[in-house]
Amino acid sequence: MKVLRDLLFPSMAVLCAFLAGALIVALVGDSPVETYRLLLGSAFSWPDGIGYTLFFATPLIFTGLAVAVALRGGLLNIGAEGQLYVAAFATAWIGITFANLPAVVLVPLCCVAAIAAGAVWGAIPGLLKARFGSHEVINTIMLNFVAVALVGYLTQYHYRMPGDPIMETTPIGSGAHIPRLGAFIPGLPARIPLNIAFLLALLSCWLVYVLLWKTKWGYEIRATGQNPAAAEYGGVSIRKEVVLTMAISGALAGMVGINEVLGYRYRYYDGFSDNYGFTGIAVALLGRNHPFGVVVAALLFAVLQRGGVPVDAFTQLVSKDIVLILQALVILFVAAEAAFRRGGRG
Amino acid sequence: MKLELRGITKRFGAVLANDHLDITIPPGTIHAIVGENGAGKSTAMRIAYGFYTADSGEILVNDQARDIRAPRDAIALGIGMVHQHFMLVRPMTVTENIVLGAEPGSAMSLDLRKAAAGIRALSEEFRLAVDPDAVVEDLSVGQQQRVELLKALYRRAGLLILDEPTAVLTPQEVDEFFAILRRMRGQGKTVIIITHKLSEVLAISDNVTVMRDGRVVGQVKTSETDAAALARLMVGRDVLLRVDKPAAQPGATVLAVRDVTITARDGARRLDKVSFEVRAGEIVGVAGVEGNGQTELIEALAGLLPGSQVSGSMSLGGRDIRELDARRRREAGIAHVPEDRHRRGLLLDFSLWENAILGVHYRAPAVSGVGGVLLDQAAIQRRADLVIREFDVRPPNASLPARALSGGNQQKLIIGREFELPPALLLISQPTRGVDIGAIEFIHRKIVALRDSGCAVLLVSAELEEVTALADRLLVLHNGRVAGEVDPSRATHEEIGLLMTGGRA
Repeated sequence: MKVLRDLLFPSMAVLCAFLAGALIVALVGDSPVETYRLLLGSAFSWPDGIGYTLFFATPLIFTGLAVAVALRGGLLNIGAEGQLYVAAFATAWIGITFANLPAVVLVPLCCVAAIAAGAVWGAIPGLLKARFGSHEVINTIMLNFVAVALVGYLTQYHYRMPGDPIMETTPIGSGAHIPRLGAFIPGLPARIPLNIAFLLALLSCWLVYVLLWKTKWGYEIRATGQNPAAAEYGGVSIRKEVVLTMAISGALAGMVGINEVLGYRYRYYDGFSDNYGFTGIAVALLGRNHPFGVVVAALLFAVLQRGGVPVDAFTQLVSKDIVLILQALVILFVAAEAAFRRGGRG
Repeated sequence: MKLELRGITKRFGAVLANDHLDITIPPGTIHAIVGENGAGKSTAMRIAYGFYTADSGEILVNDQARDIRAPRDAIALGIGMVHQHFMLVRPMTVTENIVLGAEPGSAMSLDLRKAAAGIRALSEEFRLAVDPDAVVEDLSVGQQQRVELLKALYRRAGLLILDEPTAVLTPQEVDEFFAILRRMRGQGKTVIIITHKLSEVLAISDNVTVMRDGRVVGQVKTSETDAAALARLMVGRDVLLRVDKPAAQPGATVLAVRDVTITARDGARRLDKVSFEVRAGEIVGVAGVEGNGQTELIEALAGLLPGSQVSGSMSLGGRDIRELDARRRREAGIAHVPEDRHRRGLLLDFSLWENAILGVHYRAPAVSGVGGVLLDQAAIQRRADLVIREFDVRPPNASLPARALSGGNQQKLIIGREFELPPALLLISQPTRGVDIGAIEFIHRKIVALRDSGCAVLLVSAELEEVTALADRLLVLHNGRVAGEVDPSRATHEEIGLLMTGGRA
């Protein structure tokens, strides 16, 4: 019953968003049916549609999880964007610096670098909050700018290939590459960058679920998020939880670096993130801060992202900005639904 | 002014809060409406005041049916309401508060001087002494209540609804307050008082309406009833109003507090060199008007205040506990039933089983497996079931969220959790606040049973009846100091009340 209701409300929000979107398309002067056919249809073709949709979903699952864990702990992490940039660069840095190591050593090392760098970047606002009480929203936003500037500087002045006009580092060692799923699935060409980071994302969902609901650590994180005064009463150190939760959140965001660097471009490419960190907030909201909900929401957003290109190419008037509009509408309706439920209770 | 509710029905979702209520309040009387929490008395009065609209039924004012859709309508008809939590703007003066919403003068000018004169006249007429120019936040709680009364009188209320008006007052203030109510009755005003304190009902009212489960179960003349009869109507069965307890058999000193001083972050002294002991097998009560250091004392003992704010010594069974955090203190045997169960005591959106392990969630038997990290669902379920069974938590379904329980059952869950530690020292604050009579009786018996099993109990309560009934020794706190220690079986409420307000016994 409860599961059904938890599924029903976000589904209604999505439905309402699509109806409102249809209205906008009609107002612009295109056919809503045709637009939605292009938008949604292209995501389900085999192999390109499905392959790319799952590839697009991968970073959104990581950032969605990152935001969801933080929210469960009562923290709003708007810094996933910065965390994933720092982590992606750290991944590439290890991959470049230790390029000659064998894959068995280098791949785990790079993964650890991604997770650790994200965790550290996430823990900083956590520490600031625990030590000085400064708000994590401000600090995570600020650290996004710092992160982008920092990795941009390092790329430009220290790790760029001489003569390369693009802002990207030299490639990582081939030992750091992780296989694309095309290597295992017949009919899925290797050019599609869907890689085992996608499986890692699914595994992370399950691990986050176990952490939050089956361990004492998760209990403390959730208790702190639900009612810090009661958690404190129950012997939980709020300061410790704030740092820990932000570190876990940052680590999850950092794992985007594994997908991007080890599985896709094999180097750090400046400005690679298509606002994954911010979209993660919407993903977490739509997924009700539940790891399994996050997967579903990430897939939905990936479908929209994938569908933007054909909409741009084949409709008369509507541009791919309809994707952004739909994303925004989904968020609006999810938020409205939350308000509606609160109002209904009081 | 006469007020009549006829066939009032109000439903909140699945809950029938008011079920065909018929209540008649004769003019010029003081009318008490009593009932347990959730009986629907506040809902009924909020309907009369226009906060809620009834699903069906009608409201008659002076025998005429009236449509009251908002408080504004009620005020226009001469109905005033004073809420349990005062609705005053604290940084504003008494006059400004009273005229708020009914400002005299034109749109461009505010004639406060005229208003102040009117307020002065009113406060003389009803002998409600308040300085119209005082700022509300500088006033005592009793004075703030008078401002609320003046606010209603200023709007020419002929009928006043008072929701739990005495909850925040000292015994002396209650006497004074009742005198004011009688004067208002003398001037022809009608007063409705919502309460759950039977002694006050008997002391002040002319008529009583008893409510249970959203229905009126009795309307009687106060002079023709007594506390036992009213309690029986309220609960639906016979209730033991007195705490039956054998004499205490105190053992060794468990808690020793020496010169404990608490300085809040703003530099204010909340507690000033307080010293006392609690022995095994005795209940030491702490009485005092709320805000005189009780909260801070309990929080300091539970390890919930930063060490930098607390000075002096605290030891448990001879062991210094100053350096222990909340978790270590619980491990040392200190259980804590907090004064505010929603703020501190419960995770409202968590299930009962998750709430049943708060504080012991990190150690066996709640955890098992690799390194003691995984929650042991079966063991937790057993513990939750034990608490639910032993402490009669209803409904007995451990997977419900704590939010779904009534106040009394939430409190029983917390008490059960803490009593099952089992503790060497129990810190218990406001154990029956917002708890219905049936559960009060149960909780009192459990506290006495815990004492008799050899636990030391430190009890804080704003209910004088409760501390005097339960405590074996009674400390009175005033302004952060121990104003005196009395024998609760001998001291009168007046003596204790004097100590509470800083006078001498």
